[in-house]
Amino acid sequence: MVALLLICGCTGTTTDPTPAEKQQLRIATTTSLDDTKLLNHLSSIFEKQYNAEVLVISAGTGKALEYGQRGDVDVLMVHDRAREDVFLADGYGINRRVFAYNFFILIGPEADPAGIKGMEPTKAFATIREKGMTDKNVVFVSRGDASGTHAKEQALWKGAGFNYSTDIQGSGDWYLEAGKGMGETLTMANEKEAYTLSDIGTYLAYKGNLDLVTLVDEGDQLLNVYCAMQINPAKYPDINSTIAKDWVNFMISDDVQKEIASFGVDKYGQPLFYAAQKDWEKIGVTEAEVTDPIA
Amino acid sequence: MYEIIEGFIEATKLIATFDPDVMAIAARSIIVSFTATIAATLISVPLGAAISFGSFRGKKSLINLIQTLYSLPTVIVGLLIFLLISRVGPFGFMRLLFTPTAMIIAQTVLILPIMTGLTIAALSGVDPVIRDTLYSLGATRLQFLVNIMKEARFAILMAVAVGFGRAISEVGAAILVGGNIMASSFASSTRTLTTAISLETSMGNIPTSIALGIILLAIALGVNLAITRIQHR
Repeated sequence: MVALLLICGCTGTTTDPTPAEKQQLRIATTTSLDDTKLLNHLSSIFEKQYNAEVLVISAGTGKALEYGQRGDVDVLMVHDRAREDVFLADGYGINRRVFAYNFFILIGPEADPAGIKGMEPTKAFATIREKGMTDKNVVFVSRGDASGTHAKEQALWKGAGFNYSTDIQGSGDWYLEAGKGMGETLTMANEKEAYTLSDIGTYLAYKGNLDLVTLVDEGDQLLNVYCAMQINPAKYPDINSTIAKDWVNFMISDDVQKEIASFGVDKYGQPLFYAAQKDWEKIGVTEAEVTDPIA
Repeated sequence: MYEIIEGFIEATKLIATFDPDVMAIAARSIIVSFTATIAATLISVPLGAAISFGSFRGKKSLINLIQTLYSLPTVIVGLLIFLLISRVGPFGFMRLLFTPTAMIIAQTVLILPIMTGLTIAALSGVDPVIRDTLYSLGATRLQFLVNIMKEARFAILMAVAVGFGRAISEVGAAILVGGNIMASSFASSTRTLTTAISLETSMGNIPTSIALGIILLAIALGVNLAITRIQHR
């Protein structure tokens, strides 16, 4: 096996002539930032400014955290505050900065067979479950991939008074776990005329291909906060920490905050994300987290 | 139905105009799988010959094992290589995860069993009369090997073609160890025909998926035509 790896390593490098002066930055990201093309837009600006090459691995927050923990990437861009806190406390991540937010929405078929339009988020969830148990037209598609959106969904089930693993998972054919990214889950929900929870950014970006409509979009519980953080170079000394730091600072810079706030407005008529900088109080993070550059 | 027809028309446009993204993905697929096939050939042909001509205990079981691994699932190869080359893995220091090299390694491992097995079959398919003649003429070990290989060259070439076909059509390993990256430079990207089809279909970009699918089929067809030509020479 060793010999094999070495042989392949040698043949492989011939197809991999990266210019020496360009730095590579590996980012593991939640799918929403990639599916909406926001990351693509920002990384092309960054590449020009910093003479760097940005490699994006779009994976969902759970997988992204796993890649980070294994030292396979330099930066994480995720949206699950609770798991981020654990990740930071365990010493795998450092220098978290919050750069954007938007809201989750509960979407479903226009006919709305469960009748949840305009309900409180947790009430809507409880109703979908109740109706789903008896009416086979009521189906909910879950990300089912340990992503940030999946975590939010679980929190909402809990908020509605259910135990996720006993009352929801495996409780009937009404609840489907896709095990896929946000875009793919939207496509699946569309095919099945089902309900699903989505971040508004991905939904707007995919709306052209979807027949699903927004049914619930109000409630503090639906807040969705995105952060960027470095993987701790103390854990993985050969990690590219300078360029990682540049990236995190870039995300909270004034110019990029403006880019985020205006991204997609021309195409979708409304922003996909809001810049975090001025709204730190509203989204419940510290001012330092949205403004202080990493030293 | 409309979607499919529309998709085909758009796909034809993408191919006919040499859409740079589509072409880059196709080229990357060919480079990665071709390199993997060469690496696997360099290992499987000598290995197959050694097993075929050798006489040792457990030879039959070994061949059985190799044949079982013909259907080695791609995601299991992907998982194995991921664990080996991830930073915390034994080869993590090489920083290979999420590079084209990682995909080459995974595809090499994936097609080794079938190429080795088909090499063994190819060599054992050589007419025994030729073996006997070589012996009776007093051929040295090397002369013997060279001549048998010559006789079996078409069958071995077939093994190579089958290996390439399996490599370029797999998606499970490529997505796990490659990460489906679309970077600004060609060499750092790891998006191949199969991983791109998977992504584009999920994003509703059906024309792109169809275009990529047509190219993938064309490559497979092209390889087979080339092999057939060589065999008929």
